[in-house]
Order: sequence, then structure tokens, then C-alpha cells
Amino acid sequence: MDITPSYYLTLAALLFTIGAVGLLVRRNTLVMFMCVELMLNAVNLTFVSFAKALDDIGGQVIVFFTLVVAAAEVAIGLAIIVAIFRRRQGVTADDIDLLKG
Amino acid sequence: MDAVLFFALAAMVLVGSLGVVLSRNPVHSALFLVMTMITIAGLFLMQDADLVAIIQIVVYASAIVVLFLFVIWLLGVDRHETLEDPRRFQRPAAVGLGALLIIEVLALAGREWVTGERSVRGALDVEQTGNVERLARSLFTDFFWAFEVTAALLVIAVVGGVVLARRGRRPLSSEVGGGA
Repeated sequence: MDITPSYYLTLAALLFTIGAVGLLVRRNTLVMFMCVELMLNAVNLTFVSFAKALDDIGGQVIVFFTLVVAAAEVAIGLAIIVAIFRRRQGVTADDIDLLKG
Repeated sequence: MDAVLFFALAAMVLVGSLGVVLSRNPVHSALFLVMTMITIAGLFLMQDADLVAIIQIVVYASAIVVLFLFVIWLLGVDRHETLEDPRRFQRPAAVGLGALLIIEVLALAGREWVTGERSVRGALDVEQTGNVERLARSLFTDFFWAFEVTAALLVIAVVGGVVLARRGRRPLSSEVGGGA
């Protein structure tokens, strides 16, 4: 049996969907953050699959940049969560409703 | 052989990602995240992305997840996450939207997944030059400007993290001092 790029792309689509649904379903901000990481990983997998399928190094370079952005995003996001926790004693998404009209 | 490896890794990715979403305890979610990341690194290796696979393990599976665990440790495990949703329709709607998303992607892709011009930024060139050398050559020529901008991005992120951590400290110490 031959593994074509479409297998990888289907897997990436499934992974992205699981991440997106998890982001909508969970209330704990830390787990929501992990779901964002899952979605980023799904996109990385897509990039690498296309790099292989189209024989193009550009896809792998973009994954490199995505990793850098993800690292910066996690550092800032977790700092924000810690700052919120200090003020409101909870990291559940429903606690953070200051913008509610 | 390839197919066996792919389906084993794919099953592990799906189990790991479902574990992240479904685990009650955030620590278990983080450990499932490690499993997912390392398995995806294996999928990268299967597609001639050696350097990216190693970076995936070093940065994602190690540094980022350790940061998550560190914050969980700092804040304490939140066991009483409200299972009862304040809005009852929200969860079924989320699952429905997810199903819609996957159907949409699969329908849009249809039979023809990969189209477009080949080797725009240069071939992978696995046999002649190694993956690391090939990626470095591309990074320091075609993508040099973007590479420099990521350096600025990381500096801004570090400074931002420090500022966020410092600003929270002053009201906290005054609250403690006030005996609240």
C-alpha cells in the first residue's frame, strides 16, 4: 500500500479539527492553549507534507518560523494567564468576562 | 513498511490529541501533548524533514510543554473545571461545527490534494546535500529578512513577558501588605 500525501493531509485536517473543537469545548485556559498548539502542529504537518509532495524546501522553512512564533506566543500567553490568575484567582475562561457588556 | 509506520503514528497522534482535549487533569493534557508532538516529529522524519523533526522535539515537546507544566505547577491544578456549561447548547454546537469543518476540508480537497508549481524555492535535494545544509542555505539566502525579523520578535516576546510579570507584582504585594 502506497502512502500518498493525501493521507498526511487528511491526518492534519483531523488534528486541526480536534484542536479547534477542544478550544471551543474546554473552559480551562491552559488546556485551551494546548489546543491552539495542536492546531499549529496540524498546520506544520500540512506544510511539511506539501514540501515533500511538491519537492520544495520553502515548506520546511515556514515550519521553522511557525515554531519561533509558537514559542513567543506561548511565552506571552502564559505570562498573561499568570497575570490574570494573580488578579482573579482562577484560570477558567468564564472567569475572564470583564469585557462583557 | 511505510504504511504500517504511518498508520501506527497516525493512531498515536489521534489518541494523543484526543487525550489533550478529553483529560480532566491539565497535567495529563500536557503529557498527552508531549506524546502528540513527538509522534508528529516521527511523521516529519518520514517526509525527509530531519532538522524540523529535531527542532520539533527540542522546542515543542521539551521547552514549550515544560513551560506549560511550570505554569500548572505555579497556579495549582484546577480540578473543579465546571463541567456544567453555563450555556447548554454550546458544546453540541462546538462538536457540530467541528464536524462541519472536517467535512468541508475533505469535500473541498476532493481527489486532487496537491496542486501547484514544483520546487519554487528549490528542491529538497535529499540525496546530494543533507536536509540541514539545504534548509540553512534557504534560510540564510531566500528567507534572510524573515529570519532577522524573528530575532526581533523573540526579543519583543522576552521583554513583554518580563513586563507582564513585573506589573502584576506591585498590586499583589500591596494586597498582602494590606492584610486582605
